[in-house]
Amino acid sequence: MATSLSTPSQLRPSPSQAVRRGHLLVPYPRVSVARRPVPRRAGALSVRASADGGDAVTVRRFPAAPTKAGRLEGVKKIMILGAGPIVIGQACEFDYSGTQACKALAEEGYEVVLINSNPATIMTDPDLAHRTYIGPMTPPLVERIIEAERPDALLPTMGGQTALNLAVSLAESGALDRLGVRLIGASLPAIRAAEDRQLFKLAMDRIGLKTPPSGIGTTLEECLAIAVEIGEFPLIVRPAFTLGGTGGGIAYNRAEFEEICRAGLAASHTQQVLIEKSLLGWKEYELEVMRDMADNVVIICSIENIDPMGVHTGDSITVAPAQTLTDKEYQRLRDYSVAIIREIGVECGGSNVQFAVNPADGEVMVIEMNPRVSRSSALASKATGFPIAKMAAKLSVGYTLDQIPNDITKKTPASFEPSIDYVVTKIPRFAFEKFPGSEPILTTQMKSVGEAMALGRTFQESFQKAVRSLETGFAGWGCGPIKELDWDWEKIKYSLRVPNPDRIHAIYAAFKKGMGVEDIHEISFIDKWFLTELKELVDVEQYLLSRSLDQLSKDDLYQVKRRGFSDKQIAFATSSSESDVRSRRLALGVTPTYKRVDTCAAEFEANTPYMYSSYEYECESAPTNRKKVLILGGGPNRIGQGIEFDYCCCHASFALREAGFETIMMNSNPETVSTDYDTSDRLYFEPLTVEDVSNVLDLERPDGIIVQFGGQTPLKIALPIQQYIEENKMISASGTGNVKIWGTSPDSIDAAEDRKRFNAILEELGIEQPKGGIARSESDALAIASEIGYPVVVRPSYVLGGRAMEIVYNDEKLIKYLATAVQVDPERPVLVDKYLIDAVEIDVDALADSAGNVVIGGIMEHIEQAGIHSGDSACSLPTRTISAQCLEVIRSWTANLAKRLNVCGLMNCQYAISTTGEVFLLEANPRASRTVPFVSKAIGHPLAKYASLVMSGVTLHELGFTKEVVPKHVSVKEAVLPFEKFQGCDILLGPEMRSTGEVMGIDYEFSGAFAKAQIAAGQKLTLSGTVFLSLNDLTKRHLAEIGRGFQDLGFNIIATSGTAKVLQLEGIPVEPVLKIHEGRPNARDMLKNGQIQVMVITSSGDALDSKDGLQLRRLALAYKVPIITTVDGARATMDAIKSLKNKSIETLALQDYFQIADASPDLQAAAQTAP
Amino acid sequence: MAATPATASAPSRCLSGAKPRCAALRSPSSLAVAAPPEGLRPRGSRALSVRAKVASGVQGASVVDDGVERPWKLSDARLVLEDGSAWKAKSFGASGTQVGEVVFNTSLTGYQEILTDPSYAGQFVLMTNPHIGNTGVNPDDEESSRCFLGGLIIRNLSICTSNWRCKETLEEYLIKRNIMGIYDVDTRAITRRLREDGSLIGVLSTDQSRTDDELLEMAQKWKIVGVDLISGVTCDAPYEWSDKTDSEWEFKKDQSSETFHVVAYDFGIKHNIMRRLTSYGCKITVVPANWPASEVLKLKPDGVLFSNGPGDPAAVPYAVKTVQEIIGKVPVFGICMGHQLIGQALGGKTFKMKFGHHGGNHPVCDLRSGRVDISAQNHNYAVDPDSLPEGAKVTHINLNDNSCAGLQYPKMKLMSLQYHPESSPGPHDSDTAFGEFIELMKSNRL
Repeated sequence: MATSLSTPSQLRPSPSQAVRRGHLLVPYPRVSVARRPVPRRAGALSVRASADGGDAVTVRRFPAAPTKAGRLEGVKKIMILGAGPIVIGQACEFDYSGTQACKALAEEGYEVVLINSNPATIMTDPDLAHRTYIGPMTPPLVERIIEAERPDALLPTMGGQTALNLAVSLAESGALDRLGVRLIGASLPAIRAAEDRQLFKLAMDRIGLKTPPSGIGTTLEECLAIAVEIGEFPLIVRPAFTLGGTGGGIAYNRAEFEEICRAGLAASHTQQVLIEKSLLGWKEYELEVMRDMADNVVIICSIENIDPMGVHTGDSITVAPAQTLTDKEYQRLRDYSVAIIREIGVECGGSNVQFAVNPADGEVMVIEMNPRVSRSSALASKATGFPIAKMAAKLSVGYTLDQIPNDITKKTPASFEPSIDYVVTKIPRFAFEKFPGSEPILTTQMKSVGEAMALGRTFQESFQKAVRSLETGFAGWGCGPIKELDWDWEKIKYSLRVPNPDRIHAIYAAFKKGMGVEDIHEISFIDKWFLTELKELVDVEQYLLSRSLDQLSKDDLYQVKRRGFSDKQIAFATSSSESDVRSRRLALGVTPTYKRVDTCAAEFEANTPYMYSSYEYECESAPTNRKKVLILGGGPNRIGQGIEFDYCCCHASFALREAGFETIMMNSNPETVSTDYDTSDRLYFEPLTVEDVSNVLDLERPDGIIVQFGGQTPLKIALPIQQYIEENKMISASGTGNVKIWGTSPDSIDAAEDRKRFNAILEELGIEQPKGGIARSESDALAIASEIGYPVVVRPSYVLGGRAMEIVYNDEKLIKYLATAVQVDPERPVLVDKYLIDAVEIDVDALADSAGNVVIGGIMEHIEQAGIHSGDSACSLPTRTISAQCLEVIRSWTANLAKRLNVCGLMNCQYAISTTGEVFLLEANPRASRTVPFVSKAIGHPLAKYASLVMSGVTLHELGFTKEVVPKHVSVKEAVLPFEKFQGCDILLGPEMRSTGEVMGIDYEFSGAFAKAQIAAGQKLTLSGTVFLSLNDLTKRHLAEIGRGFQDLGFNIIATSGTAKVLQLEGIPVEPVLKIHEGRPNARDMLKNGQIQVMVITSSGDALDSKDGLQLRRLALAYKVPIITTVDGARATMDAIKSLKNKSIETLALQDYFQIADASPDLQAAAQTAP
Repeated sequence: MAATPATASAPSRCLSGAKPRCAALRSPSSLAVAAPPEGLRPRGSRALSVRAKVASGVQGASVVDDGVERPWKLSDARLVLEDGSAWKAKSFGASGTQVGEVVFNTSLTGYQEILTDPSYAGQFVLMTNPHIGNTGVNPDDEESSRCFLGGLIIRNLSICTSNWRCKETLEEYLIKRNIMGIYDVDTRAITRRLREDGSLIGVLSTDQSRTDDELLEMAQKWKIVGVDLISGVTCDAPYEWSDKTDSEWEFKKDQSSETFHVVAYDFGIKHNIMRRLTSYGCKITVVPANWPASEVLKLKPDGVLFSNGPGDPAAVPYAVKTVQEIIGKVPVFGICMGHQLIGQALGGKTFKMKFGHHGGNHPVCDLRSGRVDISAQNHNYAVDPDSLPEGAKVTHINLNDNSCAGLQYPKMKLMSLQYHPESSPGPHDSDTAFGEFIELMKSNRL
């Protein structure tokens, strides 16, 4: 890359001036404007649910060859690396970027090969790339795929840190050179310069930019020396090459410093940590930069963090555009960003640069840059309407920005900087409650699991909308029952000072209790501009509190709504109901207007209906009278509700669009594909509340509303919405009938969720379920438990998704649970059910049409026994140990239940099969489930698409999907858990879901598929070494089997005394080892010394053991030793190791499995001889 | 309870001749503003304004009849556009009645630079960025010694300032300079009108005694095309430029070891043009717009700069004549108005654009190198390249509409840009243009 500059004063807006000056006043031939061809939009992808019963997965049209403009010399086939499973710090924003990249490159006529282990992504749909590999993404396996596919180029900038690290490994090992694959988008030196802390600092020095005083340590000693040199705590520790700052943190004292350094050194890909002077309290900004191969650079968006430095930007509340910079200061950051992308040498594509600005004197320091698309770039794309990933993909094949038309205006080129005439607020969503033991404190290591974004014409409006988009029980900011109001000053001040997920509510409480902007600023360092805006909201609330609803004039209501207050908040303040507020508001004519996101602040006409609400004068929505359907999305990602539901929503949109409906998407999650403006015909970027949905319904009056694809979010509001459309007798805009909720009726959904109604139905159908009862008091619970016998599963009836669910083995534990974990009273009963020991759990996805036909989509067998939340359990499709008889029972019960509940669309059922072969129904959910994308990919039929068509009235017969598909290959899904991010919490699996993502392995045998899934999930499966066994009494009877299994695989066995004794009795050689509390050397020492390669630990639950066990499990996690916490997991792991020992891992593209499964014999033969 | 005005930003009524323009438009609420029975005030004798210096107390809470304070101000101002729409708003800064041409600016930052850019004389600037005033006002960001624009139209006036350089609030600043501002209007809706209909004449008024129809008449009678606005903004006498801005904001220094003497014609010159030339090693003499060419040539300058300025280039034939007398004799550089005057001096034509270019995000392609700069733009008129003589070449085009954005005529030692290489506000991408001008002067010395 170009010029490097030596001193700060020479920082130039465009370092390539030398080149430019050469053009000085030399007469040039007149260049015609027409030389900039706008690329032809070659054949769009066709997404079609096959109606003729044919091959459902491979319907697509790809252009034959790359178009002329933007052709990369000698490149025909491009490999794209995905981001793998959803983990904290790497969520579905990379599905969004990867999907855009696949589409953009396929559109240009390139052959696209995609690798991603995550089956829940849209990008791994077999019709988005020519070749799709769903499987592990380790360097050797990817190298093998490259060998088989021989792509000409590799695009590593779309799959987050995972893809970047993978590309670095492949390049460093020489694999890319050997196979003649060029890296496009970012070169190896550029990735290194951006990712290696030392190189980055040097690069910044070269262009005269300041970075925080720091040093790089590779050992603890070096780290300590650096700390002495910098001189003062707090210090920030950042490991190199990790995503979301894993292993990093802020150290306020020496002990903490040592601890964080140790974790950081272990987490870093390169055993490097950066120790940095803390800039706590400085303002933090991010700029999204794009550069093309002609060295044109544009800034897409500036983002200002409300949380000042010290909180990971992914965990910060952020606002776009930057609000507190003058032009001179902003342009300085712009100049720096441009200089940085050039100096680092990102030849083309998007990057993001983070700056810290001293609020006292404007001093700027560069924090970091990511030479790839990122979470921030997804946010910036949604915030501005400029599709960064799509553009980056086109730039990577040689387009220049001025050759690509702006997607939204169509007439102007993409070489411009979006101007926005609204404010965007993003608020992260956290899940600390799922990880007891970890403190809810925000640091430089990212901990949020999702985010909501909202647009409004002002900061206040967008902020309030973002708060209510979070779906954490708040109807906006303040103006409701806020628990912080009951806190004392000490607690409030602590919450203001120490960044935490609820800090905004502490700010509210502080204002309410009379603290001023100045004081809050001093404690929290949050910029006064934001605090003053928030203070005004409190003033407005005070005003509202002084009025009754009918005292509020039209102008009053307008002013309040313009500040983002929801009807619910107004109702709270005026002691009325939400529907009263709505009626009064509508009666006075105070309705929202919808403004369009157009990248250009209305300077040019926008053709893209990407809208947000605001209380303004002019509404630009322009709804049509077409037949249309509104799809309600899933809102912010959270544990248990994430990308899988977005997948379903997008598929519904694709399928219904294809079927001739206008599709309207409504969602508040900026990371998703569903909020891409070209996924649906129209997009409303809005909170998913009754009020906001009703507003859109009033305006659009769609024929159908789809609520069953977005997870709990739309289901929760289905009943009130049903009520709203019934009360208003809403006629659809197309004039063909009433506005209706499509698919299974809200009443049926309720029937499945209401324990009483559901029990009655099951009784009627003769479907068995585990014995149990509803307890309204402690004595109730004890009585039920003694009747059905321990162990029992207990859970609150009013919470879904496994929250606070526990397996209890005796009275004492039950009493403790009822006293601590939940409240039990007549209002909030607790469910007590028989826990089936060692039962096998089964997940079924089924599809039913309005004519009452039911087809099983897939039957999955869980690897872990019943009792582990289905979302955390690995599973296999088809099943492997279930008898044909049991499967028949399951099939007929599922069909009967679907018919009885009048399901129209998808239904998910969970069954348990006891050791004696009895089948019990555990749960039935008449909606799309988390497993739909996995099943769709395993069987090769897009279930969500079928379901959406079925809801529109098509029958399964018409779709050609009339019988269950049992594939010849085996697909295994494995969950990926975020324990590394949550210090101090135990990693044992339980009935409460805690995984953030999933991976898939496909093979012709279970063991191979399981091995692939394990590797993809990040388990380092070693083929030999020492296994540590420690099994509790409940599981000891399986010990011999496990011990013998590992022995046969050639492992040495070590075990704690009790376990060792059993093994010795069985005649299995074992070396005893001390438990931690028994003295030294103990298991912990061996683990630290690298003497243990695999661990199998099941919890025994007694106090001492759970303390010991917890320590060991956390340690195993830190040292990245595979740890297995269930007997079934151990069995499957042994199978996998055996399989890995016997044969190498085969890599086949998704398309191969279906061709082989469905195509003629000679194709099969051809495939078998292929490498 | 008291009759409170209706929605904040809705046009209060559609006046005669106004047509509803968009199918998706909600019907504007049609509440008329009650005019206090004061009778008409005599109309101002000056074409531009009737201003009264009254501080309006922006965020002053308004009291409801039962003594409870509203945390917002009630509407007290109107914007009446020549298309017949009237928009209720809240005033800040000066009050009174003012007529001007409404233009929108899409810059996200730099409202202070825009306020002090003399090119906006006679115009109301509507900022599309909804939050204005966040960083207050500071002495370093002034682009001229005064505010020449007619008024400021924004969506939201910041209720506080947050910036380490801030010295006063935007409202205090506007009151001192007697400039009217309004906020709480649907600026996006007005921008869309301007995009569709082109720039519109509007009247801003806090005067409740005037009816909307009167204001509409004022708007419809007022003309900006063909009006010499330059004479109102240029300096009175020549002076040597010396800069007092904090050098921290010099983004590029020590560009040249040689010193060049540049005479800059002040058609409404922005300070940053002079700052940039200074940092490239120029000594600058600024002369008024009507300064005779002969006097300038007597100074034997290394180059002459024709600055930016307000209004219609066709309205200032004396300036065109001056340019004609100078070009070909010394190297010249024209910026914005200067570029248009050069176009006319070469015998070319200028025309009024539909709604002009005002913003900091326009892509400009240097046709010589193919490179694309993001540029700051502020003009309503453009040069028609087809009308230029043989030898004059279009060097830059605006990629949004392919309009002419830069010229050169090597034989005449002439270069000019339609946009603002000095930025302020805006990106610094085109700063190289000053380097080109230096090279031009250098090669002329040899």
